[in-house]
Amino acid sequence: MSMNLDANIPEGPLADKWQNFIANERLVNPSNKRKFKIIVVGTGLAGASAAATFGELGYEVEAFTFHDSPRRAHSISAQGGINAAKNYPGDGDSVHRLFFDTVKGGDFRAREANVHRLAEVSNEIIDQMVAQGVPFAREYGGLLDNRSFGGAQVSRTFYARGQTGQQLLIGAYQQLSRQIGLGNVKLWNRMEMVDIVNIDGRCAGIVCRDLLTGEFSSHSAHAVVLATGGYGNVFYLSTNAMSCNVTAAWRAHRRGAAFANPSYTQIHPTCIPQADDFQSKLTLMSESLRNDGRIWVPVSADETRTADQIPEDERDYYLERIYPSFGNLAPRDVSSRAAKRMVDAGQGVGPLKNGVYLDFADAIERLGRSTIEERYGNLFDMYERITGENPYETPMRIYPASHYTMGGLWVDYELMTTVPGLYAAGEANFSDHGANRLGASALMQGLSDGYFVLPYTISMYLSKLLNKPIPDASHEEFTKVENEARDRFANYLAIDGTQGPDYFHRKLGKIIWDYCGMDRDADGLRKALSDISSLHEEFKKDLKVTGSDKNVNQTLEKAGRVDDFFELGMLMCKDALNREESCGGHFRVEYQTDDGEAVRNDEDFAYVSAWEWTGDPLEPNEHKEQLEYEVVKFQTRSYK
Amino acid sequence: MTILTNITIKIWRQEGPDTEGRFETHQIPEISDEASFLELLDILNERLIEEGKEAIVFDHDCREGICGTCSMMIDGQAHGPQKGTATCQLHMRTFSSGDEIVVEPWRATAFPIIKDLMVDRAPFDRIMEVGGFITAPTGGAPDANIIPIPKPVIDASMDAASCIGCGACVAACPNGAANLFTAAKITHLNLLPQGQAERYKRAEAMVEKMDEYFGSCTNHGECEAACPKEISIDTIATMNVDYWKSKFKNRQHLDR
Repeated sequence: MSMNLDANIPEGPLADKWQNFIANERLVNPSNKRKFKIIVVGTGLAGASAAATFGELGYEVEAFTFHDSPRRAHSISAQGGINAAKNYPGDGDSVHRLFFDTVKGGDFRAREANVHRLAEVSNEIIDQMVAQGVPFAREYGGLLDNRSFGGAQVSRTFYARGQTGQQLLIGAYQQLSRQIGLGNVKLWNRMEMVDIVNIDGRCAGIVCRDLLTGEFSSHSAHAVVLATGGYGNVFYLSTNAMSCNVTAAWRAHRRGAAFANPSYTQIHPTCIPQADDFQSKLTLMSESLRNDGRIWVPVSADETRTADQIPEDERDYYLERIYPSFGNLAPRDVSSRAAKRMVDAGQGVGPLKNGVYLDFADAIERLGRSTIEERYGNLFDMYERITGENPYETPMRIYPASHYTMGGLWVDYELMTTVPGLYAAGEANFSDHGANRLGASALMQGLSDGYFVLPYTISMYLSKLLNKPIPDASHEEFTKVENEARDRFANYLAIDGTQGPDYFHRKLGKIIWDYCGMDRDADGLRKALSDISSLHEEFKKDLKVTGSDKNVNQTLEKAGRVDDFFELGMLMCKDALNREESCGGHFRVEYQTDDGEAVRNDEDFAYVSAWEWTGDPLEPNEHKEQLEYEVVKFQTRSYK
Repeated sequence: MTILTNITIKIWRQEGPDTEGRFETHQIPEISDEASFLELLDILNERLIEEGKEAIVFDHDCREGICGTCSMMIDGQAHGPQKGTATCQLHMRTFSSGDEIVVEPWRATAFPIIKDLMVDRAPFDRIMEVGGFITAPTGGAPDANIIPIPKPVIDASMDAASCIGCGACVAACPNGAANLFTAAKITHLNLLPQGQAERYKRAEAMVEKMDEYFGSCTNHGECEAACPKEISIDTIATMNVDYWKSKFKNRQHLDR
């Protein structure tokens, strides 16, 4: 089947495209807005900000979250900060530089026009969040403070201690709460979207499962926005929250939405290493720590001394050595791979030799303990609670872990998927980060999509539906999809095998981590595809879910999510296998320089892979959106 | 890594809001001290599933102490024995071999039990909806640096804003009061210059909504002791002052 991958990029020079779009877009007049119903699934940064803004504009909005409250979304865990091109420090930043850094950081695999728009609205985000009462860090004079982050040579990151995501999400949640209180947004909590419904070639609504009663219900709308986050939990161990999952995006994919660049996953360099086999998740230590911490390993693989006993000349500050101009602030993909190499070479530290040191001794000596405490106190406390070690006295131990997924549902410039009327925002879409996301850019993108992009672009679609009848939830297609979902969940209970969903998830995660993690090769990916497929068959025969489907059943919820992770996992490997180059988070060992740097192939692979579901998870169809660069010139990414 | 042995878990099971609950006892022969308390429950749940029994329902998500989802009384203390620590960040090294650990849901009339350890904290959202915000619709915000905010002000605001909305303060309070939660939000916004326009309206609306659901504060201070973010009960004084002012202040003359 052919697939329309027209990105609908507006006319004009790159820097004018967004303004041209706004100048020429079709609007819905204020009194007509209440005739349109928009469903927003997910209430993280992108979802809450979109739902609140739609409500303010006068649309009828229904927001769905599977949490008990919108305030729980995983955006809350982001620590380090949010980028903007304010240039408050006067260190040479500009919209163009933020745009360029993001395209370069993404290893020239992002869509230029989307990234430029992101950089343009970044400043408005900061203004908006401050007006809402987000307590960003300030200098003594009362003005906003900035810090630097990986992949940039300017300080453009705004932060609220180590809790920036929390404060921004609370800001968006406050806006959403106000709209709920005013009756402009109806909130459905503890409701999980389990499918979408398409009628006459457009998305007509969603089917949900009530997590408290197990009941299925249909909800129709003029447009549906999925702001349901990324799929990093496919690795089982990741920095994602326990319930982060791919189900909403995957079910949309199965109903016709193309899934783009699934192999682009980000492995974050600074997480606390795994301590034992039954570990349920990994904890991130903010990248901002790399501003003041120095990363090193002992020179000798046989090192047995504690960190403080190892003299300077027997330490390898490998990032500073290999990447002198960016040093400890090299981008995430580069830093992660470097750490893996050190550990693979036997130079790892800690009881399992599975980490590298992140050492603050020099910074404490230079700045004093109180400054370090002010900057990172809550992170140091968290580290101590988890490991039982005090990072003011002994260096932290860190290791890369799955953290973010750049891939996601394919969207055009207006953030619409290949299904008309179905939009994807935030981490759920693929659009802005290319093959690698820079630190402090996820919060920026989530808020950009929700506050400043969707509210403009959605009227392009809605205006065409004015005064046209749309099917309501009693339409037979809703009934059909609802019944399919009901049967699917009933089946998980009926299998009555021997192993719970976590058992399968753990095994699936290990396959993906081993073969489609920090480095990949063709043989490994082929093996992974066959292993995942057989494990999925085993899942279908041997899954055990206890309890009932008539009240809260977290085991049943998990079973549905793991089922979808299997199919996504296969698509990831398929995508990684097809992309015969190394770029950003996708590192194919066959394509590297002698000193281990990624080798991109712009001739053949400067495209977005957009996969179409065929019914067989091992035989998806690949479509390509060629990436055209008007302003940026391809170059080899170097942080040396 | 040290292995703890012979841990007994006495845990609350309750089928639904209207059914009678009971304690159930489970033995954990061995557990690493590196395990988090919730990982102990994960292991127990996997065992229950293998035995064909229903897993224990409990709310949890980020496991980084920031989303505020986890909520349990451990040995009678909200979030357990470690100060300034949410349940998900509590590790087994806090316990010893041979311990009997009693696990219950949040205890508060305003937070009815849904199942096992899961409770309904929706009243917190209702309080937020009447005033826990600054009215600043999207678009048209002035430049972020236009109003300098002194560092001590922003720091105090941030201290209050670090509330994770978990409900430990309510669970720990003998009266089931939500004063610390409500005061944290009011203090976060009322200290800021941006929050002044709605300062008294906010305090009045949020306090009165709180009183519809929760008990009254009688200054026990248990909330502060239980708070995983160590939010100070000084915020309650700030809230009380703003609430009483809201009753007699002429709002046409905010600056006087």
